[in-house]
Formats: sequence, structure tokens, C-alpha cells
Amino acid sequence: MTFRIHVPSDTTAKARGADRLARLIEIVAEEHKIDVDVRRNGTRGLYWIEPLVEVDTAEGRYGFGPVKDSDVESLFAAEFWKGNVEHDLALGLVEEIPYLKRQERFTFSRLGITDPVSLEDYQANDGFKGLENAIKLSSQQIVDAVKESGLRGRGGAAFPTGIKWQTVLDVESPKNQKYIVCNADEGDSGTFADRLVMECDPYMLIEGMTIAGLAVGATQGYIYCRSEYPLSIENLNKAINTAYENNLLGADILGSGNHFDLEVRMGAGAYICGEETSLLESLEGKRGLVRAKPPLPAIVGLFGQPTVVNNVLSLAAVPFILDKGAKAYADVGVGRSRGTLPFQVAGNVKYGGLVELAFGPTLNELMFEFGGGTRSGRPLRAVQVGGPLGAYLHESQWDTPLGYEEFSQKDAVLGHGGVVMFDDTVDMSEQARFSMEFCVAESCGKCTPCRIGSTRGVEVIDRIREGKNVDANMELLSDLCETMLDGSLCAMGGMTPFPVQSAMKHFTEDFVKNAASATQAKEV
Amino acid sequence: MTTSKAVAWEPVTAQAIIDELKCKPGALLPILHAIQDRFSYVPEEAVSLIAQALKLTRAEVHGVISFYHHFRTHQPGRHVVEICRAEACQAQGSRALEAHAKSVLEVDYHQTTADRNITLEPVYCLGNCSCGPSIRVGNDIHADVDATRFDELVEGLKTDRVEILS
Repeated sequence: MTFRIHVPSDTTAKARGADRLARLIEIVAEEHKIDVDVRRNGTRGLYWIEPLVEVDTAEGRYGFGPVKDSDVESLFAAEFWKGNVEHDLALGLVEEIPYLKRQERFTFSRLGITDPVSLEDYQANDGFKGLENAIKLSSQQIVDAVKESGLRGRGGAAFPTGIKWQTVLDVESPKNQKYIVCNADEGDSGTFADRLVMECDPYMLIEGMTIAGLAVGATQGYIYCRSEYPLSIENLNKAINTAYENNLLGADILGSGNHFDLEVRMGAGAYICGEETSLLESLEGKRGLVRAKPPLPAIVGLFGQPTVVNNVLSLAAVPFILDKGAKAYADVGVGRSRGTLPFQVAGNVKYGGLVELAFGPTLNELMFEFGGGTRSGRPLRAVQVGGPLGAYLHESQWDTPLGYEEFSQKDAVLGHGGVVMFDDTVDMSEQARFSMEFCVAESCGKCTPCRIGSTRGVEVIDRIREGKNVDANMELLSDLCETMLDGSLCAMGGMTPFPVQSAMKHFTEDFVKNAASATQAKEV
Repeated sequence: MTTSKAVAWEPVTAQAIIDELKCKPGALLPILHAIQDRFSYVPEEAVSLIAQALKLTRAEVHGVISFYHHFRTHQPGRHVVEICRAEACQAQGSRALEAHAKSVLEVDYHQTTADRNITLEPVYCLGNCSCGPSIRVGNDIHADVDATRFDELVEGLKTDRVEILS
């Protein structure tokens, strides 16, 4: 009898030794004359138990983790391939692990269950059902479904996806060519949900983009993926090739006569290219300088043509909406934030990973009931939500419900759903300095507040940290933040002040404390 | 990127790469990637060839190369080691790791060790944010890298690995 064993294959699992482990299990199985079939699944996204080895049984998949090379012999001694056995690393049925069971995996329903590049696995788990439905609908009906779902841009700006699609559907293309561009330049620290889509369920993105193409009349799609994600690019290309071979891409999709081509383009290490107009410039082969808006990319986009630019997670939500219905998606959530957001719990966290939830629970629930507090065991002090341009949240704000409006009321952003936790060893004036320093490194340089403001910001914070004219320099920094906020062309310069201002407001003592000790040192 | 498979500059190879890609819409980035993948950097000589093929000025091509952190105009060491500097890794001790790395390798960022073995680069996020600090060596990403683990990884880069192909 052959026993099927799953060893994950995403970047984090590999970074924790999954490749060597998979090979080792095969070797040891051979020695023990146990017939095993080692499959490489994606990942469940429960990162503290990676590598998570799963075995198929009649009752479901049993899990063991985190498995190190040195655990393999004892796993075989315990006959782990039978599933329900005694072992220190035994986790029981994987689907019953509370961290996973309590989630609402709409987008990530296949995560860790399938072999990422297996079309068969994808189709056996509801894959391409959304596309099959979409083919039977008119363009307007598809756009209406996305509108009804309440889906808003998951890249961070939260603009209603259906309205964006309607604009592109309605506008005439001068060259009779519209584009679907997927923004896969996931540069925010603390985020990895786009990577998980591309590495672990790439057909879902292909399906979502094809549906978008049908909805607006676009026949060409580009996925602009960052160069820091080599495995995403590899798996996407494999899946795209298979999709072409099976008439799921190309001139006659599923025999419907519809045409959609798709290509992956690699970024080159520029954070700013996650800004949609900068991304379009980069796709056109230019420096990634931000464009002034208007015109909107929906009207004048890639190569001057009407273009849908959507984040990976927005496009990945579309197959669910077209398969299960707009209502099923819109039925969950809070206020105007409908559906689910795959949160990513990261930084100094005990149980880090992907937590897809309907909008609504509080940040506290996410960080403690899922995250389990800090990995270091020290008190949690500050949390940055929404990437390097997101505010740092203080304990008094952790009861905020996870929703777009709920966060903006607290001068914070939900962004792409990244939650980065810091314990009490963090120096918030150092974090504020880093925000400005990051803007220096990543500003496209087109507008002055961002290009020069960030450099001046680093200098002012350095003076504050050295204890020089602290009061006057704090005022100067506040003023500089206002100038950047109001005067920058895009979110890079316009939001860099968010983490700085929040650090100044809620963690003032870190700025003043440094100042006081510097003054004392000078006096001594 | 690990450069062991990179080859020395050959104008004929470069021209073939350019000719294969130049008709793509927005061909410049795909061409620069292909050139750098092959030669480990974008040599000055390639700039003229690319400019000519795409009907751009050399200044325009240079402008694009210099805009993106990923492209380099000088040959790196045999291995490129990138340390994540972003917030999620900071929260797990990456500041101490980068100080350690600079001190043991005796280089700053964007520099190559005296024996030309390792080029050290910063990177802003590798998407491994629950298990930092993270570093990238070639296309391999490593999780939970403290000073000890870093030293082990660097030690492993000092000797050539013999890969047994199955």
C-alpha cells in the first residue's frame, strides 16, 4: 500500500528546510521499505509549525510539525504514515487546528491542500468554475456581480473594484486594445498573501485575470511580479504554460471564442513600482516615475490604453465571487468592508501566518487569539499595520475592528493586511527614522516633498535623537510631515508621515528620552 | 543572485538575447534581466547594444538601469547575500544581524569581500515576515537567521558545493 505524504513547498517552508526534509523522508522510507508517495503541497500558512508534514488518511489529513531533519527517524519509528499516532510533533487532524478552523478561507480555500502547479488538483477543488460561469454572462453582468460583492481594492487603497472595471468597460480604446495588469509588487514589509496566491494557487490568479478580461473586453494581461519572489515567478510561468495547453488561456478559452493572453513580467527591486502609475511606466520599459492623475489608468493606462490595474488579492477574490455568488461574498464583513481579508501576522509574533477572516474582529483578537502575543515573550508595545507607510498603533488602539473605515477613523490604514508586531525593546524614534530613510531609498524622485522631504526628515530625527533643540526640531518634524502629506504626488511621500506622526504622538517618550539622556551625557 | 553559472561578457550572446526580446512591448526590463542573468551584471558594452536595438539613447538605458536597485553595472562576488532590512525583520533582530554581517565580512552594503566571494546587499522584504530575520543567498531564502546561523551559511559559501544530479 502506498501512503501519501505532503511536504510544503512555499518560500517560508523551504526557508525552514522543507526541500531537504522531503528528500530525507523519501530516503528513510526506502530504508524502512515503506512505500510512500511524497507530494509537495503549498502551505497552510501556519508558519510556526512549518515544515508541517501531512499524511492522508480516511479521516482526513493528520499533521506533524515543525519537523526537523533530526525528527524523521522518530516519526518513522512511530509509524507516522498511519496518521493518528503518538508523537511529540503530532498535531491531529490539520483541519481541526483551531488557528485554521476559525478562519474563513474564501480566497485561500485551496491553500496547502493542492499541489500548486497541478491543474488537476485545482479543477478538483472548484477551480475554473467561476470562469465557466463568467463565460455564460455578458460583460456588464460580470461587472455587476463584482459590484454587488462589495469587493474593494486589496492593495490598500480600497477603491471599489466593480466601479474601476465599469470605467474600463465603458471607455473606448483608441487602439482597440485594453489591458488587465496585476500588481504583484508586494513590497510591504509584513505581507506575503500575494506571494501565497502566486506560489501556492497560481491558477486562481490566472482565472481571476481571465474573468477580468471578459468583463472589460481586454485580451492581454500582465502580472508585474517583484524580483524578490523567484518562486512565484516560476510557479506562475508553469501554471500559465499548462493553462495555454488546456485552452484556459489563448485565442479560444474553453471553446467560447474568447481571447485572453497572459504574461509575467519581473520587477527590479523598486518599492515605488507598487504604485499603479509607476508600475505602468516600468511595464513600458521606463524608469518607474509616478504619473500625475488624472488621467486615471482606467482611461489612459498601459501604452496609453484603458487598463484595469488590480492587486493580486483583488483578482484572486473574483473566482469565488463568480462561483459562489456575489451575495455569498458580500454577506460577511463589517460596514462598507465586505467579504474577507487575508491578514498576515508577522514580526515579533509567536504564531505567525496567514489569517483570512471576514472584516470585523479587532486587532487584539488577531494579535493575541491567533498570534498568541510576541515570540520573544516580552510585552507587545507597538504594531505597524498596512506596511511601511502604515501608522504604528498604540495599545489604546488595539481594540479597533479590522475594517477600512474603522482604521481610518484612528488615523491608521489597513492597507494590504500586514500586521507587524514589536515588543517593548523597540525604539520608536529609530522606527520613525527608518520610515524616512526608506522613503529616501525608494522615492521615485519626481516630486520635491517626497524626494527632499524624506532626506530632511532623516536629518531632523537624527538631531532629535542626539538631543539637539528637541522641542524646536519636533515642531519642525511635524511641519515637514504636513508638507509631505499635503504636497506629495502619490502615497509614497503622502503616507510616509503616517508611521512618523503616529510614533511621535503615541510614543513621544522615545523621542524625549533619547533627548534627555543625550543632554545628560553632554552635561557629564 | 549566485553568479557561479554566469558567463564572461560575449557581445554575440548579448546580441542574441537582445534580438530575441526586443519586439516585446516594453522590452527594456526583460532585456536587462536576461543580460544580468547571463553575465551577472549589465556591462557598459551592453548598454550601447540595447540602446541601438530599442532606438533609445544610451542615457535613457542608463537611466533605467540606475533607477532599479536590482540592476548592477559591476561584476559582483561569486555569491550575493541580501539581508532584509524591513520592519518585520527589524522586529526580530535584523539590526543586530546586519551589524554582525558587516563586521564579519568586513564590508558595507553594496560592497564585495576582499576575496571576491560575497557581495552584501540590503533588500526590503523577502515575504518571509513571520519567520525573520530573513536573508537571501542566490535564489534561496533562509529563515530565522541569527549571528550563528549567518556564520554557518557564510562558511558554506566558502567552499564549492558539488551537486550530484539525480
